[in-house]
Amino acid sequence: MTRFSKFTALFLLAAVPFLDLPDYYMHVLILILIWGFVYTGWSIMGRFGLVSLGHGAFLGIGGYTVGMLWNFYGITPWLGIPIALILATIVALIVGYPCFQFRIIGHYFALVTLALAEVVRLVIIGMRDYTGGSLGMTPQRYGEGMSVYAFQFVEKDYFYVIVLLSWVFGIWVWNLVDGSMARYSMEAISDDEDASASVGINVTREKLKITILSAWLTAFGGVLYGQYQMYLNPDTIAGISVSLQIVFASIVGGMYVALGPTVGAVITILLSESLRILVGVELAGLDGTIYGIMLILFIIFLPRGILGSGWAKPLEILRFPKDKPG
Amino acid sequence: MLELNNLTAGYGSFQALFSVNLEVKDGEAIAVIGPNGAGKTTLLRTISGMLPVQSGNLSMEGTSLKDVPPYRIIDLGIAHVPENRRLFPSMSIEDNLRMGAFTPNARPHYEERLDFIFNLFPRLKERRSQIAGTLSGGEQQMCAIGRALMSSPKLLLMDEPSAGLAPVIVNQVFQLVQQIRDQGLTVLIVEQNIEQVLQIVDRAYLMEVGSIKISGKAGELIQSESLRKAYVGL
Amino acid sequence: MIFDIFLVEAIINGILFGGVLALLALGLNLVFGVVDVVWICYAELVMVGMYSIYWGNNHFGLPLVICVVIAIFAVALLGFLIHFLVIRPILGTPPINQLLVTGGLLFFMQSLATLLFTGDFRNLGLHLPVLELAEMYISFSRLIAFVTALLAMVALYMFLKRTYLGAAIRAISQDREVVVLMGVNPQRVYLVASALGGGLAGLGAALLILQYDVHPLIGISFGPITFMICVLGGLGNMIGGFIAAFVMSQLISLGGFFLETEWGYVIAFVFFIIMMFIRPQGLFGNRS
Ligand SMILES: Nc1ncnc2c1ncn2[C@@H]1O[C@H](COP(=O)(O)OP(=O)(O)OP(=O)(O)O)[C@@H](O)[C@H]1O
Ligand SMILES: [Mg+2]
Repeated sequence: MTRFSKFTALFLLAAVPFLDLPDYYMHVLILILIWGFVYTGWSIMGRFGLVSLGHGAFLGIGGYTVGMLWNFYGITPWLGIPIALILATIVALIVGYPCFQFRIIGHYFALVTLALAEVVRLVIIGMRDYTGGSLGMTPQRYGEGMSVYAFQFVEKDYFYVIVLLSWVFGIWVWNLVDGSMARYSMEAISDDEDASASVGINVTREKLKITILSAWLTAFGGVLYGQYQMYLNPDTIAGISVSLQIVFASIVGGMYVALGPTVGAVITILLSESLRILVGVELAGLDGTIYGIMLILFIIFLPRGILGSGWAKPLEILRFPKDKPG
Repeated sequence: MLELNNLTAGYGSFQALFSVNLEVKDGEAIAVIGPNGAGKTTLLRTISGMLPVQSGNLSMEGTSLKDVPPYRIIDLGIAHVPENRRLFPSMSIEDNLRMGAFTPNARPHYEERLDFIFNLFPRLKERRSQIAGTLSGGEQQMCAIGRALMSSPKLLLMDEPSAGLAPVIVNQVFQLVQQIRDQGLTVLIVEQNIEQVLQIVDRAYLMEVGSIKISGKAGELIQSESLRKAYVGL
Repeated sequence: MIFDIFLVEAIINGILFGGVLALLALGLNLVFGVVDVVWICYAELVMVGMYSIYWGNNHFGLPLVICVVIAIFAVALLGFLIHFLVIRPILGTPPINQLLVTGGLLFFMQSLATLLFTGDFRNLGLHLPVLELAEMYISFSRLIAFVTALLAMVALYMFLKRTYLGAAIRAISQDREVVVLMGVNPQRVYLVASALGGGLAGLGAALLILQYDVHPLIGISFGPITFMICVLGGLGNMIGGFIAAFVMSQLISLGGFFLETEWGYVIAFVFFIIMMFIRPQGLFGNRS
């Protein structure tokens, strides 16, 4: 992808609000960008073999921290967001540090992180007096619902710009990690921990950096989701289901390529939306059924995802050039 | 009984055996000796199907082993005492021996073989319900040999049965091998203990970097100049 | 000290709940020990079993016992097929792929259940008596579940201990290369273990449907706790899993007694995370 085509693509995406598209299309686009952003955040660590099944935890922390601070103390999300990110950092450290220090890897890591996701979900449910439990919670609307102070934008065009910027930022971070020193050491880490440790790479520290970065993006994704939907529910924003959803969409798109996770979001969201339009809601579960089969086939036949696989040559243009330093 | 013709095998792209020719006749005891990394273990693993044949041929009593699935090799009368014994560490001696009689052909003879083996190794009988992982090295080796004998094999493959054992126990192991072959079993044994093994086998092959360098009668090999040269101090 | 009857009741309920969890953990452990793959969708197999029973009983009016037998066989077949169609093709790939593919199965089964049965909660409409024992109330269905689970585990133990196939199942989890020398075809043992694991999930389903409504997401209630129990007991270590099941069920039950059910689970999961750091090999495993 050349610099020129990159900017053209960005320009086109930025022009979308001026097209006056029907609300529904804007809605789908916003969802794609939010989830694309979250999946990108996950794949920052997933691509290095740190397969976390617990990112729902960060999503939940982000969404609920900002929502609750707003509802109970009237604290603006502009302050709530940093607090949420700090909380996410603490959780990432508490779980990540021992994991990396004690070399908990592979499916043990997956299961520990999965436990974390469930802990956050259950804590939200358990605090039902404040969070509304399984019924979910609604951030209080501020005035007409259009306010920078409250980080609320009912007008989809405005929210679109915000998520677009966030998404671009996410891709930028992904590429930054990809191109930075961290990348080389991390790839060494995921291949052979002992070897990289003996070369003098501090495995634990590198892993933690990536994990915290990934937690930040995901938590912020949770904030975006909550402020956009104006509704939070522990089952859709925390816990095992959403955590798996994050992992799978990234895999389908291809987690080794910058735009892979976003492609995953496009595919999964278009799949469920088009099925909903084609067959209607009475066939609830059809999209998941097809999606489940797709996942299984993907992992068996295309473990590197759509963008990462050889047969997807026509989609190659979507890859960013790899200008490796040195 | 066992015949290897130009046998080639290896691990992925790494070739470990280069057209090996070897024959074991009915009732013989044969040793394969050679330095570390020569490919002796690889040879035994290829015979018992744990590694695929890359080219060449190997046959047992006229049946080609090339297309026999690994878990069927034992049905042809080949039993393998693997390198490092490889017992099932958290199972009892008796359960380990039971695994030796796993094939449908062997199951009906379980009791009778068990008696035979307990006769051969009274120590195993005393400790029949002890967990294999807690046995001493010598006892583990007995158990491993016993496990292989449970299937009433015609050909016994042994990979360094004396490795890691105290000298006294090593002598016992060689006596045992002698005893086993006296019972009419054909034996193919891989050993580092060259001097001792050459005293109990009929013929031997010297293997170096994946191919057979010398072969001949055990008595002659002991005298051989090149063997002496290769293993200073013999 | 005041003898708190409710506390005793909670402890007893914890023990009874532990029986079913132990059964599920055993099934999952069996598959893991033999095939070396964590079926993240294990609780969804239980869900399938619960629906089979519900459907057979409610739709076809079959007697409950027959439904249970059918469910056990159906889920055993499902376990067999999962291994044959999904796991086997990727046995050589990184373990995480195998974990994830069963996650795909989880989605598939959940969604298919939603498609077929909608998201409604369903039950058999049974009303089993509640036993009163020294002023404590103990649900009869829990007691049945506990006793059946124990019997099933004893039966499985005998199978593993007394038969050649059982010995091969234990052996293969200790050395999957060497068993081949003894004439064991690993692929067949994998299939047997997968079917057995499925059968145990089917039995677990029968015990759970006595106590809980079935809905497409029921697996989420039992899945995570089941594999945490397995990891805690040392993956593949059946005795460890058995004990861990009672530890976890006690934490859940007591946490639920002193606080609320969710907090019981939170305590159990946090305990799990902490234990992973203290003893990554599981409560009873040896560091490998
Ligand atoms: N699993 C494996 N993968 C790759 N190469 C292997 C493997 N096992 C053995 N080799 C290589 O094959 C060659 C022969 O090894 P083999 O174990 O057969 O030697 P050996 O004669 O039995 O040695 P020793 O006396 O030390 O047991 C060696 O170079 C070894 O490094
Ligand atoms: Mg060797």
